[in-house]
Amino acid sequence: MTQTLAPSLPEASTRGPRRLIPGFGITLGTTVLYLSLIVLIPLAGLFLKAASAPLDEIMAIAQSNRTINALRVSFGSALVAGLVNLVFGLLIAWVLVRYRFPGKRIIDALVDLPFALPTAVAGIALSTLYAPKGWIGGLFSGNSPFWAWWHEQAWLPFGWSTFSPSIKIAFTPSGIVIALIFIGLPFVVRTVQPVLEELEHELEEAAATLGATRLQTIVHVILPRLAPAALTGFALATARAIGEYGSVIFIAGNMPNISEIAPVLIVIRLEEFDQAGAAVVAVLMLILSFLMLLLINLIQSWSRRRFGDA
Amino acid sequence: MDIQVDKVAKAYERFPALHGVSLHIASGELVALLGPSGSGKTTLLRVIAGLESPDSGRVLMGGDDASRLSVQQRHVGFVFQSYALFRNMRVVDNVAFGLRVRPRATRPPRAEIRRRALELLDFVQLTGLDRRYPQQLSGGQRQRVALARALAIEPRVLLLDEPFGALDARVRKELRKWLREIHDRTGHTTVFVTHDQEEALELADRLVVMSQGRIEQIGTPDEIYDHPTSPYVYGFIGESSHVQAERKSGEILVGGRQTGLRTEGADGPVLLYFRPHHVDLSDGEPGLVGTVTAQRRVGGVRRVELAVEGATEKVEIDIPSGFPAAPGSRLTFRPGRWQTYALA
Repeated sequence: MTQTLAPSLPEASTRGPRRLIPGFGITLGTTVLYLSLIVLIPLAGLFLKAASAPLDEIMAIAQSNRTINALRVSFGSALVAGLVNLVFGLLIAWVLVRYRFPGKRIIDALVDLPFALPTAVAGIALSTLYAPKGWIGGLFSGNSPFWAWWHEQAWLPFGWSTFSPSIKIAFTPSGIVIALIFIGLPFVVRTVQPVLEELEHELEEAAATLGATRLQTIVHVILPRLAPAALTGFALATARAIGEYGSVIFIAGNMPNISEIAPVLIVIRLEEFDQAGAAVVAVLMLILSFLMLLLINLIQSWSRRRFGDA
Repeated sequence: MDIQVDKVAKAYERFPALHGVSLHIASGELVALLGPSGSGKTTLLRVIAGLESPDSGRVLMGGDDASRLSVQQRHVGFVFQSYALFRNMRVVDNVAFGLRVRPRATRPPRAEIRRRALELLDFVQLTGLDRRYPQQLSGGQRQRVALARALAIEPRVLLLDEPFGALDARVRKELRKWLREIHDRTGHTTVFVTHDQEEALELADRLVVMSQGRIEQIGTPDEIYDHPTSPYVYGFIGESSHVQAERKSGEILVGGRQTGLRTEGADGPVLLYFRPHHVDLSDGEPGLVGTVTAQRRVGGVRRVELAVEGATEKVEIDIPSGFPAAPGSRLTFRPGRWQTYALA
């Protein structure tokens, strides 16, 4: 009776150990094919295009002031925007996870808006606001109703009423950073949020019973646990900012060597029918971005090994 | 340091968790808060620690009102059920955390902190594991790290929330014995929460049995086990059976039949409680009469389920394993130790 119930064992497979979940071959094959079509082949074409120019010409383009400055503006402002997003992204994620308040859902939804909005629309809106005569830009440039009112306050001592700021935001590198902060906002929030939700409350309570102040708890207990996720968010926001084009062109002013980002330089080269020149700048961007992402990935895998999870 | 809990009440959003609980714990005592989930035992422990603030009432430590002190100022060692170890720190840094976060004026020098942390790891028998991360340790080892971390701050009292809840039975027993040793060596006033009565009876000097936000009984394991003051405690601690009975001029009657049990008290309906192993089979003498409905072998004895004549409840008694007790047969027995509680 029991013998008939026992399942008959299948023939032992002769092709190595059997996996519990089959399909490794087909899924890996699909992955490679897909990545080739979408990423690898276009990028390889880019390298080929760049290599079509003579070597000394390539070096000349790569070493020209305009190229170097464009790359510096691109990567510099992307990193600054990434850092700003890191700090404020952590703050927003904290508020959204830890507190209950009316309108929380709305704020939660607002965070994703920069994903959905056409970047050109964002660029135009931001440049209007931050222009020297815009609502916000006016406050910094001294060109707003507030400053007009301020200059009439002759009763103020020390000639304060004559004070007028003259900071330009739009059409300068600061404008680029503002646009990049806008488009990179969701990344840190969305990567940190789930980790923060999972974080045990007992950790904070344990730290408190051991005598740690609120600040010590945050610095020594909470932030280290959020670090891997925050780093991922920072990398994503920075990477997104490096490649951003649509919003920046409206607010940057695009002055060569000052507020011209590399993607803009690429477009300018293309418009000049200098395809090789465009490809060289693109390849440089590609290499720098790849190195940067690789570095961040290495830091991440280190911190994951150390902290056990992400 | 002794702890005085004075009429502490605490309500969560809708349901109350503690109804005016008062309790005194002497210095150096090892006390268990015992009760089912939702009885308020963890809430009481957290109120003592300062992790919850009571709606009313006070907690005094060493005679001083601790209610106004923050968690940090209370200086209690708290061990969480989930251990709550800092996984971004090595074991030694976990233990040293409480010393390292002290303000500069009271913080020992670095080398001293490290020496004390290592000493504590020796004390909890984790020598040589100081450079590991918590996630590289077993559950029992993590529990020891959590305890060492709590001891490092030289706490005034040690509080443990279900300290062995997440461990398997063998490790649990081992750690239980070990916690008793630690307590005897350090002399800390220790309070722990558990829902495991065996653990509480074995480990604690005194038990606080709680139910629905109230203290049912406080006493030594002997007092609690042998003289439960309420049917609830009788039923919660150890194995027990009960039947409805009646008291008539000192005589206990079950279903109108004499049982040969006598007790002082007013006439009226009562509940008769006894433990399965405190039962003698009686031949010829009066006792409770029941029909066997089920039986199973439990260790050295046979446990029999009986439908008692004249009562609606079924009871369980232990009889010698060789005694014939086929389903349907009738047995007469008399509890050796028992207790009655008047039905309100």
